[in-house]
Amino acid sequence: MDVLVCVKRVPAPGAKVPLTDDATEIDTRYLGHTIGPHEECAVEEAVRIVKEHGGSATVLAVGPAEADEQLRYAIAMGADRGVLVDVGAAELDPQATASAIVHAVGDTRYDLVLFGTESADASHYQVGIRVARALGLPIVGGIKGVKFEDGAVQLRREVADGVEVYRVPLPTAAAVKEGLNLPRYPSMPGRLKAKKARIDVVPYEPEPGGLRKVRLRQPNDNREEAIVLGHGADAAPAVVDVFERIGVIS
Amino acid sequence: MILAVLDDSPAALDMLAYTQSLGQQVEAVTFGAADTDDLAKRGVRAVHRIAHDELADCAPAASGEALSQLIEHLRPEGVVGVCSDAVTEAMAHVAAITGLPLATNCVEVSTGDPWLLTRVRGGGMLLEEAELHASPALLTIAQGVSGDIGAGPVESCEVREFTPELTEAAATTQQARIVERASRGSGMTLATAPVIVSGGRGVGSADGYRALEELAERLGGVVGCSRVATNNGWRPHSDQVGLTGTKVAPELYLACGISGATQHWVGCMDSKVIMAVNTDPEAPLVRRATYAVIGDIHEVLPAVIDELKARSEG
Ligand SMILES: Cc1cc2nc3c(=O)[nH]c(=O)nc-3n(C[C@H](O)[C@H](O)[C@H](O)COP(=O)(O)OP(=O)(O)OC[C@H]3O[C@@H](n4cnc5c(N)ncnc54)[C@H](O)[C@@H]3O)c2cc1C
Ligand SMILES: Nc1ncnc2c1ncn2[C@@H]1O[C@H](COP(=O)(O)O)[C@@H](O)[C@H]1O
Repeated sequence: MDVLVCVKRVPAPGAKVPLTDDATEIDTRYLGHTIGPHEECAVEEAVRIVKEHGGSATVLAVGPAEADEQLRYAIAMGADRGVLVDVGAAELDPQATASAIVHAVGDTRYDLVLFGTESADASHYQVGIRVARALGLPIVGGIKGVKFEDGAVQLRREVADGVEVYRVPLPTAAAVKEGLNLPRYPSMPGRLKAKKARIDVVPYEPEPGGLRKVRLRQPNDNREEAIVLGHGADAAPAVVDVFERIGVIS
Repeated sequence: MILAVLDDSPAALDMLAYTQSLGQQVEAVTFGAADTDDLAKRGVRAVHRIAHDELADCAPAASGEALSQLIEHLRPEGVVGVCSDAVTEAMAHVAAITGLPLATNCVEVSTGDPWLLTRVRGGGMLLEEAELHASPALLTIAQGVSGDIGAGPVESCEVREFTPELTEAAATTQQARIVERASRGSGMTLATAPVIVSGGRGVGSADGYRALEELAERLGGVVGCSRVATNNGWRPHSDQVGLTGTKVAPELYLACGISGATQHWVGCMDSKVIMAVNTDPEAPLVRRATYAVIGDIHEVLPAVIDELKARSEG
């Protein structure tokens, strides 16, 4: 089973999201980066699938050269190799991202191509679907369960009023959600292997798509400072007074 | 003309009202039944009902294919969807099939060339102002965005059945088929509970959630958690509140030992009242909450439970 997982390098801000002076990007000078949780679950799933069925797990990122860090993290989790589509520092729109992934996949055949349902920073909800269409693969999104049966895979997802299970012949794509599994932390040997792993770098300059980011803006947050009800156990009566006042005690 | 793609959620009617405020004639699209009396009351003269046997148990790709054919047939200037998973996924397929750009999660839109819009990123962490260069413009409207019903009522809303051709498409990229459907048990969930008692790293262990469970039960609510709790295996992911968990809006969100990273904040910020219990008075969630208690949850929660007991007995 050859599995491809597409992961995006995203900033991991804490309580505030700082912006650059021209407000077109997040100011990441003092921030760490990560793989979004949906995609981390996709990597975990790929590693488990390869362990059980054999084959290989490839991770692919479209981004700046620094996305090397996220690919190595995925390799440390157990993926076999990484592909970095180096498109420079500016964030791409979803059409351009999809075309970069399709370009890098080229003629390589995978049995299963995994995406996150939406990227953690941009939330476009579409790159996986665009790529799957271009590669001629079926795709279902919001997947929280993957199970193989001969020549096909069962994909489970939660919908508004319940659960749906799809049966899809291989090869296929799927866009997954956190909750699919509990991703492991990379082991020490995994980290060492990842340090030395080879990452294939594919330079690419995609055509821009029709959605053009102009600027980023912080949402309004004109909340008042919290009212401190007290310290420690002594605050209990004041807490219950609030419960009574807002009517949550039945 | 703009097409508004509805589902049967209340958010769809907000989206419809917002779309009508854009100042163009709006026609509705549904994949299921349409309440024509209600649509007429809302000033919609026509609803296009997409019907095909294949749509019932096929993947969302088929809905996208059907919707693309309707768009080809009607040539609207814009197609606006409600931001439910199902409609967003269908819209993404439309975008992929037609090669058009798609702007999801919009909170402000103005038509023109290009269309100008503001969209939500990261579940509410940031807003993005963007231009959409394409015709038709494809977009989805974020939850909670509505307009005053600008269009006055009309006499009647006409149903126009549309039967797409799905044979060829079904042969290529739509072999994903539903083999099982189950409805969820009733019961209270994070999305519906009036009270959520939520715990983070500060709870310290899976056992530590017993006090939160007891309090939730007394308040008629459920337990929630942060991603740290999920990642540590203390709670199932279905309890997680936040960007990649559930977005909640209860009457009361009681956050115990949760720092308030943006990815958690965007999941609970719409709660009516937020109360934070934290040892750190500088924790972001303590500052942004409505009420705060500074202290160790292992002392505060038992005291609150005792106080509740005393008052209900007294
Ligand atoms: C792309 C992305 C998506 C994410 N999605 C989510 C998401 O959906 N949901 C989510 O929750 N997180 C999410 N995160 C993680 C998020 O960034 C934080 O790491 C996480 O929310 C922190 O959880 P926490 O507040 O429990 O832990 P911490 O940040 O470690 O905070 C623990 C808090 O508990 C307090 N405390 C400690 N002991 C006690 C005690 N005994 N009594 C009282 N207070 C105490 C501390 O003062 C501190 O404020 C995401 C991160 C990324 C990068
Ligand atoms: N720059 C990128 N590099 C690799 N994969 C990506 C990138 N952007 C998006 N994806 C994949 O597409 C999914 C959906 O992204 P989006 O359409 O931006 O919400 C993500 O969860 C990733 O799996």
